[in-house]
Amino acid sequence: MNQTTAAPTNVIRQVIIASSVGTMIEWYDFYIFGMLAKTISNQFFPEGNATAALLSTLAIFAAGFIVRPFGALVFGRLGDMIGRKYTFLLTLILMGGSTFLIGLVPDYKSIGMAAPLIVLLLRLVQGLALGGEYGGAATYVAEYSPARKRGYYTSWIQTTATLGLFVALGVIMLVKLNMSDEQFNAPWGGWRYPFWVSIFLVIVSIYIRMKMDESPIFSKLKKEGKTSSNPLKESFRNKANFKMVLLALFGAVMGQGVIWYTGQFYAQSFLETKCALEFEQSRTIMLWAIAFATPFFLFFGWLSDRIGRKWIMLSGMLLGVVLYPFIFGAFLKDTDTKTWLADNPQLVKEERKVSVHGEQSIVQVSAHYETASGAEYTRLTTDTVAQLSTADLATNTAKATSYVNKKLPQGTYIKFTFLIWVMVVLVTMVYGPIAAFLVEMFPTKIRYTSMSLPYHIGNGVFGGLVPFIGLLLTTSFPNEPLVGLWYPIGIAALCFIIGSIYLSNKIDRDVTD
Amino acid sequence: MGFVWLLLGPVVIYFLVQGAITHIDPAGKKDINNPVIWVIIITIFTPIAVGLMIFGYYAVKGEYNHLPENSAEV
Repeated sequence: MNQTTAAPTNVIRQVIIASSVGTMIEWYDFYIFGMLAKTISNQFFPEGNATAALLSTLAIFAAGFIVRPFGALVFGRLGDMIGRKYTFLLTLILMGGSTFLIGLVPDYKSIGMAAPLIVLLLRLVQGLALGGEYGGAATYVAEYSPARKRGYYTSWIQTTATLGLFVALGVIMLVKLNMSDEQFNAPWGGWRYPFWVSIFLVIVSIYIRMKMDESPIFSKLKKEGKTSSNPLKESFRNKANFKMVLLALFGAVMGQGVIWYTGQFYAQSFLETKCALEFEQSRTIMLWAIAFATPFFLFFGWLSDRIGRKWIMLSGMLLGVVLYPFIFGAFLKDTDTKTWLADNPQLVKEERKVSVHGEQSIVQVSAHYETASGAEYTRLTTDTVAQLSTADLATNTAKATSYVNKKLPQGTYIKFTFLIWVMVVLVTMVYGPIAAFLVEMFPTKIRYTSMSLPYHIGNGVFGGLVPFIGLLLTTSFPNEPLVGLWYPIGIAALCFIIGSIYLSNKIDRDVTD
Repeated sequence: MGFVWLLLGPVVIYFLVQGAITHIDPAGKKDINNPVIWVIIITIFTPIAVGLMIFGYYAVKGEYNHLPENSAEV
């Protein structure tokens, strides 16, 4: 659609709202499972049961890595054959329905192995739906947009993954802060509420989407009988198109995927596990950073309409490669317990727990300290001793000491928020222009299929593996605290090189062909 | 550079298989000891590595010297 035939602004606004809200809800649905993984695991996949453990692994890994790209193929094909509107309406219904149903599945104690099996099936449906949603929404908005605003309009879709994360974090925190841990983790407790909330969001979104028309470019193609009869074959067995699919994957999306996952997921996990920050502070740091960085999706989408998409995305990757070691190094340095121990810590509270196991006792001492500069932490010491008197226990030397629930002083908290914000801004650089970039790479009749597959391989596989490969590297090189960054840095660097050499910075103004 | 991408594919597969052999441990409790995860990862990464080789092959052949400017070229 060129500028002269573009839809009126009010129509485009409705198109963006209908697409973005639905896509945001899909991301919300997908994230809450991951964020509540520990509780879900206790409810549905009990420890010590090998089959349940296998199902748990499949639910966590297969949904992201296998089913998402598969969903891209299934729904991409549908979207190129029957249309964008009905396809991404279907993915929304599947996602919302399966999320709501996960919140209704009785726990393992009530229905045994049926519980993890049902949850696995519903999780696979979620992965399938997510694989089909994004390509549809991005294509739909792009095909409505005027040529010179395509980057800006599609960047609204790009905000949805981050906003979905934001809403998921917010809803879970809201529920958690209004009840005790026992109430939250009970079989029919608060952890189910975020799943139930989904159904209301989905109904509203379906209502909005139902009122929208099919993409004008696709409608025209259909009217002229020029739609593809076999989008999969035309996308991947046609050499001219397949080479562009490969270029999109290796020159853009794989780097975008790792930058995204590192900035928004690995960073949070790093703060909680490596830096041992307390739950509320690590989550609020993420929330603030995401809130302040989200407008940059729109900025970089807008900028890409003026200077091209390529160098904005590649700059985001290059900056990630250069800045990650410094940023994560700063996180470690500022939460280093040695520094805090030298800062005149005062004991605020101490609790001692003794549990008897046969002839031995496990003594756990939890001591809460506050330093002169306002930092707080809990020192946990655990020791196994023979059954002794209380006086003897008090004099025993602890064998295992760990520092947990660290709370940053105000200045460091702001610094951490700023550093996470920088990383999310890098996410906005690589992610803001990418929908328009992918849409412009492929012809209308196979666009949904051709752009969905590389996108979901880049994000689901390359991005989704950031935590796992981080763990793998940490296990292999235990003395290197930043070793988990090698993988995203390596992939982003490789993608930067490939993209710099082979991608074009030219904006394809006409996507009607 | 095409040869680099062409060779990178088999290198990735080699390291994944090597990683699986080293880390799979039925007695281990971590994710990286879990054979199912390695099977999933190797299954999904092998076609991607083959894709990287094809990409390298196309690059060697000069297929990316000119990118399509409209759908007629695709």
